[in-house]
Amino acid sequence: MSHDGIKAALEGFLDAEFSPDLSLVEWRKRLVSAGWAAPSWPDAYFGRDFSQAEALVVSQVFAERRVVGAAQVGPRRLAAETILAHGTHEQKQRYLPKILTGEHAWCQLFSEPGSGSDLAGASTRADRKADHWLINGQKVWNTSAHHADFGILVARSNWDLPKHQGLSYFLIDMRQPGVEVRPLKQMNGHASFNEVFLTDARVALDDLVGGEGQGWAVATATLSIERQGFARGRSQGAPAPASAGRVYEELARELEIDNEPYTWYPQREGRPDLILQRAQETGAIEDDAVRQEMAKLVCLTEAARISADQVSAHQKSGGQGMLPAGSIGKLGASVIARQAAHVHTMISGASAMLSGPESAFEGVIAETLISVPAISIAGGTDEIQRNIIAERVLGMPKEQRMDTGPFRDIPRNGQ
Amino acid sequence: MQTVLSDDQVQFKHVVHRFFDTHSTTTAVRALAETETGFDPLVWSQLSETLGLPGTHLPEQYGGHGFGPVELGIIQEEMGRTLYCGPFFSSAVMAGYALERFADDAAKTERLPQIADGSIRATLVLDDLNHPSQVGRLIAANQAGALTGSAPIVLDGCSAEVFFIVAREDSGLGLYALAAKAPGAEVSAQDSIDMTRKVARVTLQEAAGTRIGSVTPQSLNRFWDLTSVALAHEMIGGASRLLDETVEYTKGRYQFGRPIGSFQALKHRCADLLMNLEFAKARLSMPGFVWRRVIKRPFIPVWRKRWPQTVLWRWRGPPFSFEAVLVLLGRTTRTFGLNAQNAMKYCWARPTGIALG
Repeated sequence: MSHDGIKAALEGFLDAEFSPDLSLVEWRKRLVSAGWAAPSWPDAYFGRDFSQAEALVVSQVFAERRVVGAAQVGPRRLAAETILAHGTHEQKQRYLPKILTGEHAWCQLFSEPGSGSDLAGASTRADRKADHWLINGQKVWNTSAHHADFGILVARSNWDLPKHQGLSYFLIDMRQPGVEVRPLKQMNGHASFNEVFLTDARVALDDLVGGEGQGWAVATATLSIERQGFARGRSQGAPAPASAGRVYEELARELEIDNEPYTWYPQREGRPDLILQRAQETGAIEDDAVRQEMAKLVCLTEAARISADQVSAHQKSGGQGMLPAGSIGKLGASVIARQAAHVHTMISGASAMLSGPESAFEGVIAETLISVPAISIAGGTDEIQRNIIAERVLGMPKEQRMDTGPFRDIPRNGQ
Repeated sequence: MQTVLSDDQVQFKHVVHRFFDTHSTTTAVRALAETETGFDPLVWSQLSETLGLPGTHLPEQYGGHGFGPVELGIIQEEMGRTLYCGPFFSSAVMAGYALERFADDAAKTERLPQIADGSIRATLVLDDLNHPSQVGRLIAANQAGALTGSAPIVLDGCSAEVFFIVAREDSGLGLYALAAKAPGAEVSAQDSIDMTRKVARVTLQEAAGTRIGSVTPQSLNRFWDLTSVALAHEMIGGASRLLDETVEYTKGRYQFGRPIGSFQALKHRCADLLMNLEFAKARLSMPGFVWRRVIKRPFIPVWRKRWPQTVLWRWRGPPFSFEAVLVLLGRTTRTFGLNAQNAMKYCWARPTGIALG
């Protein structure tokens, strides 16, 4: 279909089907049935097999017409794209529509207190019983787990095989008695993450993704998608179009819940966008040293932006190498955030430490300084990114491993 | 904004790559580094006559090919990658752009075609490469066009046939032409730690120059933009080569029972270098000059040059412990980067109000 053809078809659909008085879920169900909710998804699964360019046409029409689209924000998209890539036909049918309508919220259950960078060292148990899997263990850094309906879970189903081969990937119902969610308070005052305690929690046999022992391959797909999000900057779900009507009101409410864990994310990226204004209003721009550091920051941000665009263009044209490309972008984002925080400190001086009513820029600068450390840790630490770049992009030799034997025998924390 | 090379440009890159791979081998570079003129006339005539390289970026109406910074950048990268020894940067880029920017129409018509086809090798005499914002301090022209003064760093000064000289006049700066062997002109080779780039001191004692144009602050700024972009490309080429060779080395060199590239410390340093290099390449992919909204000055070229320099500055160890080519690469980019970096820093400090390191 030509771009004009797409536009015409979509506009015809909107004219016929959209009304602001619909409920959010009802409207989205219509989008899902017609394949407009996620047009770049396969035709067989709620999409229209559109290319990125074609999907962009759809987004533009939505924006111009101020029409509400599918649910976007948070781990739900990670879950959706993983299920699309590795799920069974039945899993796709069962889970994808409600991700798009927003009826189900999702969270990610990967990291554990004993295994963060060493993600494959997970020790949450998945024991196969007659008609279900029994899950016991603890997960951490689980954004949005407090309101999630389902989670994507990595757990160990085999202790005798080497660690990567003993993992399995599950879709778990978060609203069962065996799942307990507790918020984690951060040093910037927010509580975006949770710990999740799994005590005899159950997963249906049908909710295993990719086959027993295939967990690492499936998890790798999820991580790759996540890493690309860092490089391009998180889109926090556009603010609800300011129009009247039930669908808009319900969207506003949904976004308020969905976006709440991420309100400080711009600050963890260092707020380079505020630097020039701060420098000018404080007079710091007259300082040679400040200007030098500002110039360094501009160099970085411009280059990273262009580089991310190039990577994106390359992949859309079918280029290979998803994971390593994401790592350069993620590492760059960390370097930028730290340089930006450094410059903010130079500009604001001691006032940057205030966080009350007298704080600079209504507390945003202070929040930036104590949020920036997170970006070097979340989604794979800087050091892990460097290992990935060195080994997978540059082809440098891997280090000899100490953990290639049966997982049972490998030294772990707390033993 | 162009983010990828067109098919034609890719094709051009292959041709240029093959040429320098063939004619600027390590052996050739080492041999030329030992000579006083520092270039092979046969290779120069091949790259001029067969490939037409010196005229790439010069206007068609003056005998050039009418291409731009992207195509020139392709050539510069390949030269940087193979440490090409020859007067391309001094003649085609510096002298060529100086004529294009500063000279009057008659002078351009007469002289640019000879630069473009490589039949004349010229060089630009800027009295102070370290302080471009103070150009005109050391060489002055009197009313009759007689030039007096001394410039300590002139690229390819010993082998150039013609000097284009920026000199201070009563009010402002002028561009003058002078045959290298003219009376009143004395050229002496300068020893330099970068043997692949020949440098000379040019001393003028009432040498009779021909005035061929005026140099305004705006045209000088634009000239620096163009030359610094070309230089940045050269350094990208060198940095890429250096990173590639270093990574290869770490795969084959064993210590403590394993290849040294398997140690995290080296992996992390290489990963950082790659990131910096990719970012430098990303910026250089912009063919024109970005006008920053607030400052409204084209300062991008400066940091385009700076980043590859940074990449090479970080590489302290290996270049001095193995192959001489890497020593040459390391030395080349350090010295040239040093000169140009200082030059750029001062050049941009005042006009933009942002001093760029």
